Amino acid sequence: MKHAVHRHHSDITEKMWEEIDSVIIDNHDKSGSLITVLRECQNIVGYLPTELLDYIGNGLNIPGSRVFGVATFYSYFSLTPKGRNTIKMCLGTACYVKGIKEAMERIERKYQIKEGGTTDDKRFTLEAVRCLGACGLAPVMVVNQDIHGSISSDKVIDIIDEYE
Amino acid sequence: MNTTRTQLLLCGGTGCHSTGAIAFKESLALELKKNNLSEEIRIIETGCNGFCAVGPVMLVQPEGIFYQELKPKDAPELVEEHFLKGRPVNRLFYTEPASKETIPDMNSIPFFSHQQFWVMRNKGLIDPEVIDEYIARDGYFGVAKALQEMTPEQIVEEIKISGLRGRGGAGFPTGIKWEFAQKSPGDIKYVLCNADEGDPGAFMDRSILEADPHAVLEGMIIAAKAINSHQGYIYCRSEYPLAVKRLEIAIRQAGEYGLLGKNILDTGFDFEIDIYEGAGAFVCGEETALMRSIEGKRGMPRPRPPFPAHKGLWEKPTILNNVETLANISQIILNGGKWYSSIGTETSKGTKVFALSGDVNNIGLVEVPMGTSLRTIIYDIGGGIPNKKKFKAVQLGGPSGGCVPEECLDTLVDYEAIAKVGAIMGSGGAIVMDENTCMVDMARFFMDFVQDESCGKCTPCREGTRRLLQILEKICDGKGEPSDINVLEELSPVIKSSALCGLGQTGPNPVLSTLRYFKDEYIAHIYEKKCPAKRCVSLLKFEVDPDLCKKCGLCFKACPTEAIAWKKKTVAVIDKDKCVKCLTCYAKCKFDAIM
Repeated sequence: MKHAVHRHHSDITEKMWEEIDSVIIDNHDKSGSLITVLRECQNIVGYLPTELLDYIGNGLNIPGSRVFGVATFYSYFSLTPKGRNTIKMCLGTACYVKGIKEAMERIERKYQIKEGGTTDDKRFTLEAVRCLGACGLAPVMVVNQDIHGSISSDKVIDIIDEYE
Repeated sequence: MNTTRTQLLLCGGTGCHSTGAIAFKESLALELKKNNLSEEIRIIETGCNGFCAVGPVMLVQPEGIFYQELKPKDAPELVEEHFLKGRPVNRLFYTEPASKETIPDMNSIPFFSHQQFWVMRNKGLIDPEVIDEYIARDGYFGVAKALQEMTPEQIVEEIKISGLRGRGGAGFPTGIKWEFAQKSPGDIKYVLCNADEGDPGAFMDRSILEADPHAVLEGMIIAAKAINSHQGYIYCRSEYPLAVKRLEIAIRQAGEYGLLGKNILDTGFDFEIDIYEGAGAFVCGEETALMRSIEGKRGMPRPRPPFPAHKGLWEKPTILNNVETLANISQIILNGGKWYSSIGTETSKGTKVFALSGDVNNIGLVEVPMGTSLRTIIYDIGGGIPNKKKFKAVQLGGPSGGCVPEECLDTLVDYEAIAKVGAIMGSGGAIVMDENTCMVDMARFFMDFVQDESCGKCTPCREGTRRLLQILEKICDGKGEPSDINVLEELSPVIKSSALCGLGQTGPNPVLSTLRYFKDEYIAHIYEKKCPAKRCVSLLKFEVDPDLCKKCGLCFKACPTEAIAWKKKTVAVIDKDKCVKCLTCYAKCKFDAIM
């Protein structure tokens, strides 16, 4: 199915567009598949550019407003590009009690980023996330897929510096 | 299963994973192979053992010996001494902090001995990715009984007799919920499992899914039979990839064994289960919001009635149960509702799993009979507060719950008793806080959570929680006014009584419970402009008290911005121009000398 012309977008390659098409084809007659499609498309591109949201809406025959509404409702979806490494700081209660706030401030100062922001060199994106359910290791930080437990504000920069 | 001389049940839960269980497993496997023991001794990676505080942990069966804090370098000694010579390694046993006595037998360790494992009966004992191991522990016998010998009415009756109430928070009687859906007319009905565990500080559902996924599937199949549903969905957080993976494996294996799909156990009953991954919205733990989310929409709650038992997912009769609730079902069917209701209190039966964390020695998962006191959980099982600090409060029930102070620690685990002291049973998060926790800051923390997660549909929750947050921020910032306490006390009940869903109806609870028990801290912030726990940066002086300073230099060494001047035998001095108020020196100082 070529339901629409692939728009030119600097972050979406032709190969990505093809993968996106196949996700849409697999799901376009399933009711309630919008969140699944958004998730898979974000996995392909890394984030959800507005042009892609329009494209998905056309493909699934869902109004663009609804696609945008869903994409902005759930914290999993990002409408802006991310850095090469994503730092997720757990802001659950146990981590908060054990001092995640101080560790996070240390990162914000060192790399000049705010929560939700990305460094200018695209090295890091800093995110605050809801309880990761690893309270036994509090305070917890996840860099990409690696879980780091019991991080103190002293150690946090050393850990992050390992990621290029 | 191969018969082996010894089984090594190594915890593969998230906690042990990140403290190095995998590295230890590799080195242990290598060592066993070197000694030609791989055939006789098998390593089994289990789900969460529960005792996350001392991970990685391993249980040696059949002896029942418990090893803790295992490192790759311990493997050669373990193999040589224990598995070849039969001499267990004493130094890797659990040591009782008070008596310094080592305890090799897992069930004699106080952390385990006060617990009652019903929901978590298989935790750490089976490989969750092998259905045969589950079946070997009476797995799917409940399904067999329910499908082959019982009518839907009998199933509902048994659950009603058991007195089981929803473990997700509200505590609605499960049997009655099922009965509504059973009697609701319609050919298409749905069974949903709520695995959108969102309360900060709650990780019991995650551990159950990771350790014993079939128990949840079994509960769903029995529920399906009770209401005559043929399609189930598990709504699981996408933050729990291991749980999703284990569920996928479990569903596939159950299908292969004829326990899911068409004509289950030749009874003519059909039931399928699909997993639906959430996309990160706390409010989707609310039942109507969760259903909207499965429909691919914004997860916003709607007014009830109609209740989901009449009009739920896709407007069809639907039941939604929490993971822990469902994990109880097969045991009730097998052993009878009477057996289940034999433990507990008047209104709360069976057991409850708590995720114990925060400022407590034994962090981990704890399953206790209803009617156990909070003191037993925190002191006997949890081992008390570390670093000789004083206990301040235990936070129960996440953002919908409250902080329970010392004087209420003899409260029993019981839905009504906990509600009476201003908290809720909730999903079972229990976060212990020591004297260094500022209760105003905690209220602010929860309100920040609630207002951020508020879906925005109803005004009381959208605007009201924001207003509460603004006031709390003001107080923490040292700009509190005497009238603020009145506004908090007035506004909170209004939000509670007028919000649309459970999120807003319970959202002000953390404010109300801290006001109830820790009003002195609010007063100190507002009138004296002081934060007694020294957590609110704006209220701290960042000066060293020369009378209390022991001139040890710990603050000097820890300061990340070199703002502290110190020489041997002199009192440290903080340069306020360089200080970034990161609180590191406060945490490091053992003498409470920084004001």
